[in-house]
Amino acid sequence: MKILVCITHVPDTTSKIAFTDGNTKFDQTGVQYIIGPYDDYALARAVELKEQSGGSITVLNVGEAETEPTLRKALAIGADDAIRVNAFPKDSFFVANQIANAAKEGGYDLILMGRESIDFNSGVVHSMVGELLGMPSLSPVMTLDIEGSKAKMTREIEGGKEYLEADLPLVLGCQEPIAEWKIPNMRGIMTARTKPLNVVEPADDTVRTQLSTYEMPPAKGAVKMIDADNVSELVDLLKNEAKVL
Amino acid sequence: MSILVFIEISEGEIKKSSLEAISYAAGIGGDVTAIAFGEASNDALSAAGKAGATKVLHVADEKYKQGNIQAYASALAAAVESTGAETVVLAKSSLGDPVSARLAIKIGASLATNVTELPDTSNGFTVKRSIYTGKAFANVDLTEGKRIIGIKKNAAIIKEDGADAAVEAFSVSADDADFKVTVTSQEKATGEILLPEADLVVSGGRGLKGPENWGMIEDLAKALGAATGCSKPVSDMDWRPHHEHVGQTGIKVAPTLYIAVGISGAIQHLAGVNSSKFIVVINKDPEAPFFKAADYGIVGDAFEVVPKLTEAIKALNN
Ligand SMILES: Cc1cc2nc3c(=O)[nH]c(=O)nc-3n(C[C@H](O)[C@H](O)[C@H](O)COP(=O)(O)OP(=O)(O)OC[C@H]3O[C@@H](n4cnc5c(N)ncnc54)[C@H](O)[C@@H]3O)c2cc1C
Repeated sequence: MKILVCITHVPDTTSKIAFTDGNTKFDQTGVQYIIGPYDDYALARAVELKEQSGGSITVLNVGEAETEPTLRKALAIGADDAIRVNAFPKDSFFVANQIANAAKEGGYDLILMGRESIDFNSGVVHSMVGELLGMPSLSPVMTLDIEGSKAKMTREIEGGKEYLEADLPLVLGCQEPIAEWKIPNMRGIMTARTKPLNVVEPADDTVRTQLSTYEMPPAKGAVKMIDADNVSELVDLLKNEAKVL
Repeated sequence: MSILVFIEISEGEIKKSSLEAISYAAGIGGDVTAIAFGEASNDALSAAGKAGATKVLHVADEKYKQGNIQAYASALAAAVESTGAETVVLAKSSLGDPVSARLAIKIGASLATNVTELPDTSNGFTVKRSIYTGKAFANVDLTEGKRIIGIKKNAAIIKEDGADAAVEAFSVSADDADFKVTVTSQEKATGEILLPEADLVVSGGRGLKGPENWGMIEDLAKALGAATGCSKPVSDMDWRPHHEHVGQTGIKVAPTLYIAVGISGAIQHLAGVNSSKFIVVINKDPEAPFFKAADYGIVGDAFEVVPKLTEAIKALNN
C-alpha cells in the first residue's frame, strides 16, 4: 500500500501568539515548531498500517526550507521519503492545489492528513484535495482499518460517531484516537538523515483569499473569587451580573 | 445579492447552528434561500423563514438521507447554479466543513471557515475568522466572485421576526461517483444536549478521580440544563466518551457559560473554551492556571462545592 501523509509545520500548542509589522506578520520570536498534532495522528496510523501490511509512506509539506526539520522528524517516526513543495502556504486552496498536483501521478492508495492545522484551523484541505483528485474524502476520521482494497472508518459527528466503508483510494482528515502518537527513537533519527527529501517547485500561484491583518482578542478582565462556603454568591453573580441563568 | 444557506436537520428540525447561518445570511443583506436534505416536514422547514430565509429547497430523495459529503457538495453546486447565488453560508460542523471544501472547488469560490462576524463589504468582501484555536483572529479578503462562508457558533443572533418560508422540492440528478462511501450506521447520543451547540456546559477533569464520581457533574448539568464535557485525559482513560472531550484536539465550545471542575486549565484545554462568554472555575489548587482565564473562581474541593452549587441552582429554579 502506498500512503501519502501531508503534514503541517505549526507553532507548538503552548506558543504565545503575537504579531508584528502593524499586525500583518506572525511573530516567530521564541516559537517552537512541531508537526501539527492532528497530522501526527495521521502519520502514526500510516506507520501502523505499514507495519501490518507493508508498503511505503511518503510525507509531504508545503513550506519553505525552514520546515525541513519537521519533515526530518516525520522521517524519523517512520516515513520512507519526503516531498517539500517549496512555497509559503498562502491559503487552503493553494495548499490543496499543491498537494493534489504532487499526488496526481503518485498512485497513492491513501492520502492522510490531520483534520485541520492548528494555526489556521480551516479544516478543509483534505476535502479540497479529494475534490481536485476526484477521490472520496472524509473527516474527522477517528478509526481506520484496511481490509484488502476496502477501508472501514468511523467519523466524528456532533454528539456521536458514524461508521463508514469505502474502496481505496481515499483522502482522510484524521484525529484521535486513530493511533497512538509515535516518538522518534535514536535509530529513527539516525536513518532519517539519509532518507530522501525531494524539493519540488510549486505548480502555480493561484490563491482565492488574501489575508489582510491579524487581531488579538480583547484582554480578559480579572477573575472574581468567591468563597467556597458561599456558593449562593456565585449563583447570584451568574444570575444578576453575568445574566446567564 | 442572492445567498444560499446549507441547513442541517436533526431529528426532523433545523439545527440551531443552521438557524444562526440563516440569520447571518440575512444580515449580509439580499435574498436568502436555504437548502436542506433528508427527512423533515414542510412545517419544520418553513420555520427557516422566521430566521430570515424566503425560500427553502428540499432534497427529499432517499439517496440524500445520509450525510453524504460528496453528494451534498454536488447538490449544492446545482443549487448555486439554479439560484444564481454568489454567496453560500453554512454553519461550521463535521458536515459543513468538508461539504464547503468540495463545493469551493466545484464552483471556483473563495472559502473561509470559522468566521465570527458579518463581512465588511465596504471595500471588497472581508471576513474575520478565528485562528490559532481561538487565540487570535485574521481578517481575510475573499477575492473570487463566488464565496463560501462557514460560520462559528455565536457568529449571529437567531432572528425570529421573519415570515414562513416557501418550501420547494429540489431534485438533483445523482452521479454514481458521488456515492462511493457508505454510511453503515450512526451512534448518536439522543435526548442529550449536544456539546458543540450547548449554551451552558459543565466539564470535569482528572480532579474528579474516576468515572464513578461523574454523577455530581451530571446532576449539576441537569439542574442547569447544560451539556457535559471533559478534559482530554478523562476521555483518554475512558471515564467519559470521546465526543465529550473539549479542547484543542477535541470539541471547541462557545457557550455563554462554561463551568470547569477539577480541570487544571492547560493551554490545550483553554484553546477549546476561550470563546465562552463566561467561565467559572472550581479547583482546589489556588495556583491552577485556569483561574487566569476565568470570570468567577472558587478555590475548594469539588466534592464539597459541586453538590452545594447544584442545590443552590435548584433552589433558584424553584
Ligand atoms: C498536543 C496536545 C494537545 C492536547 N489537547 C488537549 C485537549 O484538547 N483538551 C484537553 O483537555 N487537554 C489537552 N491536552 C492535555 C493537556 O495538556 C492537559 O494534560 C490536560 O488538559 C489536563 O487535564 P486535567 O486538567 O483534567 O488534569 P490535571 O492536569 O491532572 O488537573 C487536574 C486538576 O484537578 C484539580 N483537582 C484535583 N482534585 C480536586 C478536587 N477534589 N477538587 C477540585 N479540584 C481538584 C487539581 O488541582 C488540578 O488542577 C493536550 C496536550 C497536548 C500535548
